[in-house]
Amino acid sequence: MANRTAAVERTIEQFTTVVIGAGHAGLATSRCLSERSLDHVVLERGEIANSWRRERWDSLRLLTPNWQSKLPGHRYEGADPDGFMTMPEVIAFVSRFAVVSNAPVRTHTAVTSVRRIEEGYEVATSAGGFRCRTLVLASGACNLPSVPALRQAVPASIECVTALDYRNPAQLPDGGVLIVGASATGVQLADEIRRSGRHVTLSVGEHVRLPRTYRGRDILWWMDASGVWNQRYDEIDDLTRARSLPSPQLVGTLERTTLDLNALMAAGVEVVGRLSAIRDGRALFSGGLRNHFALADLKMDRLLDTFDDWARRNARDADVDAPERFEPTRVPASSRLDLDLTRGAIRSIVWATGFRPDYSWLDVPVVDHKGRLRHTGGVVDAPGLYAIGLPVLRRRKSTFIHGAEDDARDIVDHLAGYLAGAAVGSAAAP
Amino acid sequence: MAETSVNNGVNVDALLAAREVLKGAPQAAKFTWRASCKWKNGTHSVSKVQGFHGLGEEQKHKTEFSFEADHPEIFASEDLGATPVELVLVGLASCLTAGVAAVAQNRGIQLRSVEAKLEGSMDIQGILGIDSDVRNGYDDIKVTFNIDADASKKDIEALVAQSQKRSAVYDIVTNPTNVRVEVV
Repeated sequence: MANRTAAVERTIEQFTTVVIGAGHAGLATSRCLSERSLDHVVLERGEIANSWRRERWDSLRLLTPNWQSKLPGHRYEGADPDGFMTMPEVIAFVSRFAVVSNAPVRTHTAVTSVRRIEEGYEVATSAGGFRCRTLVLASGACNLPSVPALRQAVPASIECVTALDYRNPAQLPDGGVLIVGASATGVQLADEIRRSGRHVTLSVGEHVRLPRTYRGRDILWWMDASGVWNQRYDEIDDLTRARSLPSPQLVGTLERTTLDLNALMAAGVEVVGRLSAIRDGRALFSGGLRNHFALADLKMDRLLDTFDDWARRNARDADVDAPERFEPTRVPASSRLDLDLTRGAIRSIVWATGFRPDYSWLDVPVVDHKGRLRHTGGVVDAPGLYAIGLPVLRRRKSTFIHGAEDDARDIVDHLAGYLAGAAVGSAAAP
Repeated sequence: MAETSVNNGVNVDALLAAREVLKGAPQAAKFTWRASCKWKNGTHSVSKVQGFHGLGEEQKHKTEFSFEADHPEIFASEDLGATPVELVLVGLASCLTAGVAAVAQNRGIQLRSVEAKLEGSMDIQGILGIDSDVRNGYDDIKVTFNIDADASKKDIEALVAQSQKRSAVYDIVTNPTNVRVEVV
């Protein structure tokens, strides 16, 4: 018995391709690999759609309307195309896709290391070893919370929660809450926590303001129809910036409400500038709030101009309502520049300051000094290594569910070319 | 990137080239700016700047620049120079204005004139120690730009917003900075 166990542990399975992660991006890649009859396995640390199951707050719904939820050969077919999926619905949607695609997924197989070998890569996992010639990293962009270093200076009496740990307001102590960050996460949590009756202070830096609907259509219909979302990574002026933009201030609700800072302030949320330091138990906020409002308003208007131009040039004006512009973000008469964290007014801080991928298991030198993967449109800076599901990987829509299909096709095309090229001794260009 | 017909006197190509070089050599991007100050009499002092450190070595302005500072006569001073708080407004104004020119050049916008008016409001009960709840510094600063350029109002607003986003003095004024004062 002992000998047999040892023999099993020594077995190293071989595949042409290993995909790490069975979320929507990894499964879309698997589907494209299957279409090309490339033998592969999808390694999943937990269950299919694991992050959607375990790393999201209770009330979260997708930002994209149901009709936009598409994966290769799989689409939403329910009765509410304009609705927004809850997390259980997303899990069911992605899980169903894995079944209809017959994806070769190994669940509960956590990757512990990836290293380069002569013929490709060797992958060690909690359930045995794998070797492959090509490897696709689909392990997600949001594995770890990105919390600024000034967190260290928060007094011990304050309970700190990140967007990855947060589930619902009941988890927070009674009393005031400081939410740091005004991305989709920050504004959604500010709204929900305010509704729980707590005083909420929202610290706002650079942010992306969007209305939920524009000229009678969902704003993401415009992103899609006008082609903005399809803009490729090699057509974007400042790609580094595009890849680090906070998510847009949107929420998926039945009422299709806009959740911008004006809405939050009307609901009684106190808006303050970017958290710039914590000194002697006091949080200090930037006096540059007004300019962050101005930048976000200007950028929103510029995007709406793009949509109007598109509608005019493509004779779509009759299909949509008249152009509209939204009230500029209202600047508070005077915004607070500091907040004493030691006097009990604030009992908890929610860090909605973004996420980053975890590559601690990747023993291949392809991560830069800021923890970012070095890749060109998902073709990683190591032979036969690919990534999918990262912000603006190949297109502006890359991290959205419906963005996975085009990226997966491109990546698998390149991967197939690499395998063919490797067979005759030359590598494909990105 | 910039339209060649536009000339605001800013060499954007050189700035963008420097940006690329410094991306690969972050150490060279570390600068130290210096000023020295000498007390004259009363509230009158003269500060000078010339040397600074950057691009990995000592650097020098072409000439030494000198700044007189004093207080007005209503503070029982001789009024031999601007007050230090006015010099802060000068720093903010010139930083934002330089930024407007650079951003305009990069965006292909020809400037004809750029004027800024600055107002900082202050309750001097703070510095006089009358009321400890009143801060010493400005409680509000207002900058008003009047810009004549080949661009729409929206584009000009975007110029000014981008200039604030990239301004060192705007950052210094709006965010806390650690200050260490020692006596030797």
